[in-house]
Amino acid sequence: MTVTMGKALNAALRDAMREDDSVLMFGEDVGALGGVFRVTDGLTAEFGDDRCFDTPLAEAGIVGLAVGMAMNGFRPVVEMQFDAFAYPAFEQIASHVAKMRNRTRGAIGLPMVIRVPYAGGIGGVEHHSDSSEAYYAHTPGLKVVTPATVADAYSLLREAIADPDPVVFMEAKKLYWAKDEVTLPVTTEPFGTAVVRREGSDATLVAYGPAVPVALEAAEAAAADGRSLEVVDLRTLVPFDDATVAASVRRTGRCVVVAEATGFAGVSAEIAARVQERCFHSLWAPVLRVTGWDVPFPPPVLEKYQLPGVDRILDTVDRLQWDDVPDPRFLAGSR
Amino acid sequence: MTTQAEHRMPATTAAAPAEAGLLPSAEPVRFLDDDGGPAPDDAHGRFERPPTELLRRAYDAMVLGRRFDAQATALTKQGRLAVYPSSRGQEAGEIGAVLALRETDWLFPTYRDTMSLIGRGIDPVEALTLLRGSWHCGYDPVATRTAPQCTPLATHAPHAVGLAYAARRRGEDTVALVLIGDGGTSEGDFHEALNFAAVFHAPVVFLVQNNGYAISVPLSRQTAAPSLAHKGVGYGVRSERVDGNDPLAVLAVLTDAVESARAGGGPVLVEAHTYRVEPHTNADDDGRYRDHDEVEAWKRRDPITRLEAHLRSRGELTDDDVSAAREAAETFAADVRARLSDEPAGDPADLFAHVYAEPTPQLREQATWLAEELAR
Repeated sequence: MTVTMGKALNAALRDAMREDDSVLMFGEDVGALGGVFRVTDGLTAEFGDDRCFDTPLAEAGIVGLAVGMAMNGFRPVVEMQFDAFAYPAFEQIASHVAKMRNRTRGAIGLPMVIRVPYAGGIGGVEHHSDSSEAYYAHTPGLKVVTPATVADAYSLLREAIADPDPVVFMEAKKLYWAKDEVTLPVTTEPFGTAVVRREGSDATLVAYGPAVPVALEAAEAAAADGRSLEVVDLRTLVPFDDATVAASVRRTGRCVVVAEATGFAGVSAEIAARVQERCFHSLWAPVLRVTGWDVPFPPPVLEKYQLPGVDRILDTVDRLQWDDVPDPRFLAGSR
Repeated sequence: MTTQAEHRMPATTAAAPAEAGLLPSAEPVRFLDDDGGPAPDDAHGRFERPPTELLRRAYDAMVLGRRFDAQATALTKQGRLAVYPSSRGQEAGEIGAVLALRETDWLFPTYRDTMSLIGRGIDPVEALTLLRGSWHCGYDPVATRTAPQCTPLATHAPHAVGLAYAARRRGEDTVALVLIGDGGTSEGDFHEALNFAAVFHAPVVFLVQNNGYAISVPLSRQTAAPSLAHKGVGYGVRSERVDGNDPLAVLAVLTDAVESARAGGGPVLVEAHTYRVEPHTNADDDGRYRDHDEVEAWKRRDPITRLEAHLRSRGELTDDDVSAAREAAETFAADVRARLSDEPAGDPADLFAHVYAEPTPQLREQATWLAEELAR
């Protein structure tokens, strides 16, 4: 049947709550309203206000409450309404959620999920389009997951809720309405497994979350020009699947990392570094990146210039030293 | 216009209580004057004197706690502890907090509350692990019902709320008591925790030990409120003020607060007026921000001296009892000294062992690299 990513996430929550009484859903507007993106639609009606409930409007309090409840037998799933509105909770996440198991030598684990709608592409006004994954991925103790397909949305969220460790579950807002033919429930590859979404032989595009459909579109366009691009969907940023990424790049000999977030010190930089460390002797060109510019996320009118698009990806692929000509952009003296 | 009553009221929230029932008393509750003599009858309001048996236990634990505290401070000077934030002078709050709890209740302490850990019966070497620097939390929080000592101020307060709310949801009568200082009341998490506790009617007691200083910054720079206890009223949390150097008052008010929370009365905020007699830590220089006279004045209101005078005046504490308490404290301190005489060893494999339930492939790899580096 045709399912949107939003409905798949909703189904994952519902099925998890049906199977396990300890699973709770709470946050801002997740009750009667069903969440501003309707991901929690109908959960309060089915499970009652004890299982899916609204809280005061305070993100540190929401995450802190979840920590305490996870310490005492529950498996909370909390919703941060938007990426940038999760920042008040960052101290709770970095100092407690991520560290509790380690600081107590394993005595207290925190099986909890922090759902974060993130990234742009929906014309959101200021503070509604941040790609904040690097903050979490840079914090040991968290798992960071971001589905790009409808089936993954369901399966990865179920796995996140079942996981003994805290998971930051990043949901690309522009993909909430993405549709696919999926029969639920569905189980896809587990955490720590990247998936080759499209096979190719000339270069590898490594992408995650909102960048995956763009990378696939670029690969389709490149095929028309006779260039065969492989697309790897990371799915989970932590744990990271070095093996799949490296195997692909060793096979193709060229790599472009595509990410919507700003590039400097971002997850894309980490990926490029890991590929370079592992695949140096297989590479015909430096690893290049297509990312958002290093600017605060722009207003809706300018959004199209910020988001990595097909043309920018193809232009970057063109600079992968196909005729042994160095990339002019990074030659000595070029800037 | 919509009235409060017309809003749907979720099952997890209680009706808003009247403001009058929430306000703290004009003066801190006290049973004793500064010398341990009886305070006027109206100074302790509706609260009853705690039973003698409880006061005797409190006396022994406070004497032991103070000796432990002095020993820990001495160990910093010998380099056996990395740092130690003393709670000397706050024995009534440190010990009162744990004596008000049942074994099944949870304590959420800060870095200044190692004395409370000792009062809870936690092994002193395990309790000092954090400050010794050999690991972060050295005791088992689940077995001891004591959360790890929290360093980022007030961030443990929402955890206490969550844990207590979870207990209530599970039909358990567990209460969580969270320790906070005056500086911590300026942090956002303190306010969010009070608000969440009230909205979800969680069985939590917030004990603010107002010891006058946040490192060097005096209370006057933390708040312009009539008292820290007044901060509860705005959230619908019943609030009390107590003389934090009067062990009778602290025990009476905290026991009442804990049992009220247990009985479904919702959260309670207690402000204990006390004083940090020692510098912030051994690394602090308090001569830069406060007068010696101020410290001496507070030392004259010493909680142990006051309790001792009170119990002696009633014939409930003999010279032999005092000697026995001191002797037990000396034995305890000697044991701590002996057991901390070695340099702690750290196992480098511990770095990777508990980051996740199962280490990621990257952590396994890094553990191997470190092992190889050490084998060279």
